Amino acid sequence: MSSASLPAHGHAPTEFSFSAENQATAKKLIAKYPSGREASAVIPLLDLAQRQAGGWLPRVAMDHVAKVLDMPPMRVYEVASFYTMFNLKPVGVHFVQVCTTTPCWLRGSDQVVHACKKELGIDLGETTADGQFTLIEVECLGACVNAPMVQINDDFYEDLDEASTVKVLQALKAGQKPATGPQNGRIRAAPLGGLTSLTDLPTGKKEPS
Amino acid sequence: MLRDQDRIFTNLYGTQDFGLAGAQARGDWDNTKALLEKGREWIIDETKKSGLRGRGGAGFSTGMKWSFMPKASDRPHYLVVNADEGEPGTCKDREIMRHDPHKLIEGCLIASFAIGAKACYIYIRGEFWLEGNNLERAIDEAYAAGLVGKNACGSGWDFEIYVHRGAGAYICGEETALIESLEGRKGQPRLKPPFPAGAGLYGLPTTVNNVESIAVVPTILRRGAEWFAGLGRPNNTGTKLFCISGHVNNPCTVEEEMGIPLKDLLDKHCGGVRGGWDNLLAVIPGGSSVPVLPKSICDTVLMDFDSLRAERSGLGTAAVIVMDQSTDIVKAIARLSKFYMHESCGQCTPCREGTGWMWRVMERMVKGQADIGEIDMLEEVSRQIEGHTICALGDAAAWPVQGLIRHFRPEMERRILERKSVPAQAAE
Amino acid sequence: MPKLTVDGIEVEVPAGATVMQACEAAGKEIPRFCYHERLSIAGNCRMCLVEMEKAPKPIASCAMPATDNMVIKTDTPVVQKARKGVMEFLLINHPLDCPICDQGGECDLQDQAMAYGRDGSRFHENKRAVPDKNFGPLIKTFMNRCIHCTRCVRFISEVAGAPDLGATGRGEHMEIGTFIEKAVSSELSGNIIDLCPVGALTSKPYAYAARSWELRKTESVDVLDAVGANIRVDVRGGEVMRVLPRLNEDINEEWLADKSRYSVDGLKKRRLDKPYVRKNGKLVAVEWPEALGAVAHKLTQTAPHKIAALAGDLVDAESTFALKQLFTSLGVTSFDCRIDGAAIGGGARAGYLFNTSIAGIEQADVVLLIGSNPRWEAPLLNARLRKRYLTGALTVASVGPQVDLTYGVEDLGNDPQVLDSLLEGTHPFAEVLRGAKNPMVIVGMGALTRADGGANLAAARGIAEAYGMISDGWNGFNVLNTAAGRVGALDLDFLPQPGGRNLAGILAGAASGDVEIVFLLGADLADTSALKNAFVIYQGHHGDSGAAVADVILPGAAYTEKDGTYVNLEGRAQRAQRATFPVGDARDDWKILRALSALIGKTLPFDNLGELRALLAQTAPSFAAVGQVTQAAWGPFGAAGALSTAPYAYAISDYYRTDPISRASETMAKCSALFVQGRQPDDLLERVGTYG
Repeated sequence: MSSASLPAHGHAPTEFSFSAENQATAKKLIAKYPSGREASAVIPLLDLAQRQAGGWLPRVAMDHVAKVLDMPPMRVYEVASFYTMFNLKPVGVHFVQVCTTTPCWLRGSDQVVHACKKELGIDLGETTADGQFTLIEVECLGACVNAPMVQINDDFYEDLDEASTVKVLQALKAGQKPATGPQNGRIRAAPLGGLTSLTDLPTGKKEPS
Repeated sequence: MLRDQDRIFTNLYGTQDFGLAGAQARGDWDNTKALLEKGREWIIDETKKSGLRGRGGAGFSTGMKWSFMPKASDRPHYLVVNADEGEPGTCKDREIMRHDPHKLIEGCLIASFAIGAKACYIYIRGEFWLEGNNLERAIDEAYAAGLVGKNACGSGWDFEIYVHRGAGAYICGEETALIESLEGRKGQPRLKPPFPAGAGLYGLPTTVNNVESIAVVPTILRRGAEWFAGLGRPNNTGTKLFCISGHVNNPCTVEEEMGIPLKDLLDKHCGGVRGGWDNLLAVIPGGSSVPVLPKSICDTVLMDFDSLRAERSGLGTAAVIVMDQSTDIVKAIARLSKFYMHESCGQCTPCREGTGWMWRVMERMVKGQADIGEIDMLEEVSRQIEGHTICALGDAAAWPVQGLIRHFRPEMERRILERKSVPAQAAE
Repeated sequence: MPKLTVDGIEVEVPAGATVMQACEAAGKEIPRFCYHERLSIAGNCRMCLVEMEKAPKPIASCAMPATDNMVIKTDTPVVQKARKGVMEFLLINHPLDCPICDQGGECDLQDQAMAYGRDGSRFHENKRAVPDKNFGPLIKTFMNRCIHCTRCVRFISEVAGAPDLGATGRGEHMEIGTFIEKAVSSELSGNIIDLCPVGALTSKPYAYAARSWELRKTESVDVLDAVGANIRVDVRGGEVMRVLPRLNEDINEEWLADKSRYSVDGLKKRRLDKPYVRKNGKLVAVEWPEALGAVAHKLTQTAPHKIAALAGDLVDAESTFALKQLFTSLGVTSFDCRIDGAAIGGGARAGYLFNTSIAGIEQADVVLLIGSNPRWEAPLLNARLRKRYLTGALTVASVGPQVDLTYGVEDLGNDPQVLDSLLEGTHPFAEVLRGAKNPMVIVGMGALTRADGGANLAAARGIAEAYGMISDGWNGFNVLNTAAGRVGALDLDFLPQPGGRNLAGILAGAASGDVEIVFLLGADLADTSALKNAFVIYQGHHGDSGAAVADVILPGAAYTEKDGTYVNLEGRAQRAQRATFPVGDARDDWKILRALSALIGKTLPFDNLGELRALLAQTAPSFAAVGQVTQAAWGPFGAAGALSTAPYAYAISDYYRTDPISRASETMAKCSALFVQGRQPDDLLERVGTYG
């Protein structure tokens, strides 16, 4: 669980700097904040660096962000180790994060975890040998009415069960991009059985009644 | 049941265009300039009169909060929108941001104008990648249409609005932790005083409001405070987004009138409790931090701030987590204890040390691997956390455990006694 | 001035005071761990909770501003319960290793657990295991004991200005550390050991060496730089175990620099513990009568103009005075205490003092550094500069090599000619100086020990006068001395007397044979080659460069072993006290000289320390006002001449090895290797506890 330590040296890169494109993006992100408050951009820039570095933050990437924002590196390490979305160790191409907090657990997140473990052949916290999948358990991702759900990279897959979980993973394995959102055919957060509200809306501009 | 005509979030399920054209068709951005022209005082007053209470969990009057901002000040003010939705069970702001972002953006302009802020940051949790993208697209549209930016809506008010993405920390939903995070630090709550209205973002006067609180404001102002105040019950007015998860037939997010009976809410919108009402065990009515209610209370309780408070629980974020008879209630609460331990920022002693302790005892309670006396000890430990921490996360961690002990002590005792009656070897 | 009530007692506190301070004003003790009056308020330990009327929950008294009409209660069941609860939480994951913990006996947690703890534990889970960290050669960590008060983090980032420490991770996984394998690189790092309220940070060199209750504590002053930090010397069985800071708001507040704290192992190494006489080219240990006899014989057989005396950097004023008295009675005129060749002394006293005073820095708004690196020359004074800088009211500029002083410095380049353009008023920085209310110039030994040192001094003086630094109530002219004995020796005029030679003259004379005897009173010259042909007497405590070339060695006492007076760079006389006895046959320095004087037949006119000090006070007024700084009158000093164009080099090239004591210290050698030479000693890679 603890993310407060760095991985052993070895496959950690020794150099990092933003690509030309990301430099421009970083500049735009920094511009959102008043001058002298550049440190505000530390989370967005760490995210950018993580995306560039392949899903995790090597020390050199954190140091680069510190330099860009003129922050003491220690302050950047604090931030990087505090927020769960920053990975301080390498992760697979598909970063499978299964929510197991109570609302998801009530609706079968155990089965989703089980399906993931079985389909990927790894335990929680592990990465497949081919480096394609990392599986972890996460806390509430804020899609509780669509429980249980997993987040894979930026995408939410919702209303899962064992079979649909396997289907999503298999599609990813096959290099396909499975449709995100509910996997049981429902419309986003609407009740599965059909709309119970918003059925009586005038089309066009709504007038106050 | 709330009439569709009285619903604010008319694209809740994203069945229509979330973009500017769709939003305008739904009535958003309709002569916003005229609303602004009525002035700061009018906006604050009208919001107060509507009875709108903060939708982020604490339920503090939104208009009142705005009135705390300095009136005459030559320093910049900020509006910060708390879109760090993460209270387990809660997923309402998500729907607003991905399906009705313009309601939020328009609300931001109006609220900012009311508190004298020329800049607004919407702090959205990092995991909401798609929601953030929709929101950013909507903001770009609003800029392009002159609705925000210099001379927003032709009002003469210059207004900048930015999306700031978080990176995974429930605690950033606490307003001062959110500000810390927005300033580029760990999301550790600040000591209060000073309060954000005096010294918030960058040390400047700041109001932090929940997404839903802000997004309903334009409609309230258009339709009038009386309309909003006429819905629900006194002191608990208006409509509210409810997120119903867990053991109902059709979990969903739905906008309903404040004060709707819990049973009606579940029956009308969620196809009822799985296996029927009598199969209900308990409900957490307002997101994970509020105490759980047993069925006996659920039978009659109304879904609003004061009714739930009277039952020693709370409306919180109106995230209703339903548990039927099949639920291992101790485990369900133990999992919440784990959540709070995981999300404790670690700054102050009672929360850092107490949340882990509670979780570990709770895990033993799940298996009955404890002494009866430890139930009281657990309760006492929760009281040692409650009210002694820098922010409310300590309270939030304590309440579910207290609720469990209050209503399900016999179940906890049963497990302990059962385990004690089994020979040690068999128990292992 | 808010008025409030604490437990029924009405108190009035200064505006800006906290509830905690109000409670203290009412005589109520409030327990605390994270709060420290010299650090920012964290409010995280929650030990200081008190009840406030109308507040729904207890409040953290350390963080709550006191306001009018507050009603505070510190002794209610709610408060007692809160304290007891917090104490229990702090202890559940704290190991029960007090018997082997170096903090035992002087531990805030231990003490407060006695007052607020339960009698037994209700925590039946596994205690948290936290990997220990390697903070370098000075600080030992036991992270299981950490209570996350963040005092160390705040000190290192706020006071020391070296933001190496932080709290990473979150929740119960939050860990204090450097995150990456890295030593804490600050000359003030040792203070975090004092600040740590538990045994998480302890002294590495002192690890498992003694228990606090075994130590005899002596109040003294530090001599390893010229700041004169107030210290406490802790001794067990004649051995100095450790040195800790002592509060003095005017000087060191409550901090101490690492060299002063950690050089103590140097007191046990390379000591001169017997008199020696060189026989057939080799130093042979002898008894005192023989050594003193040899010196007396030589002195009485040599013409006074062929005799010279040099006083070193660590000498106490008593022995300097005694030597000067004795040699003057012999007719000797060649004296010098500026063994680095600094062009100070001989003019007005203000010309060699830090006239603004250390505490006075907190009034300054502009500082011009000339050839000075205060971070290494006087870390505690540098901490004051940083403290002032952090208020936002101080601008600092420097002429000299660029170094990180832990605060923003405007680099004026490293060309002494800048001083000329400042004198002319043409330099852009002249505008800043002109606009300043309380400007300071600090001239360092890097500028004063050069051939053009006198001209540098004159230039600094000129700048001080040109920019209104000298006025009633403000003297912004400052020399940053680096030697603890220097100002005292200058006050005693341990300088060439009419017809006498200075350092350069003495060395030239010794080389040419015109000077036959050189008496080195603790003087360890960087280059002793000129002394080869002279008869050299070395009186001191360490076998350093002076002893190596000596013909007679008279073993003296180190600063912890004698009662001595030192005048710090501000001109403040302070007393070091004997904490332990000199090693072996070594003796108090003034007593050695008194004995020698009797042997020569020029018996010095004092028989005890009291008489000696009375004479001292008559000789120079600074010794009459111990502990005080008296404003030195402005008067002429400095020398005319052109400034060289050669860039400045700072006086100290290795902070950790500047004098015979620190050079003998293994701890300092480790620091030097790591922090100065950038070598990673094996020790830094060593893993302890559950590390890796």
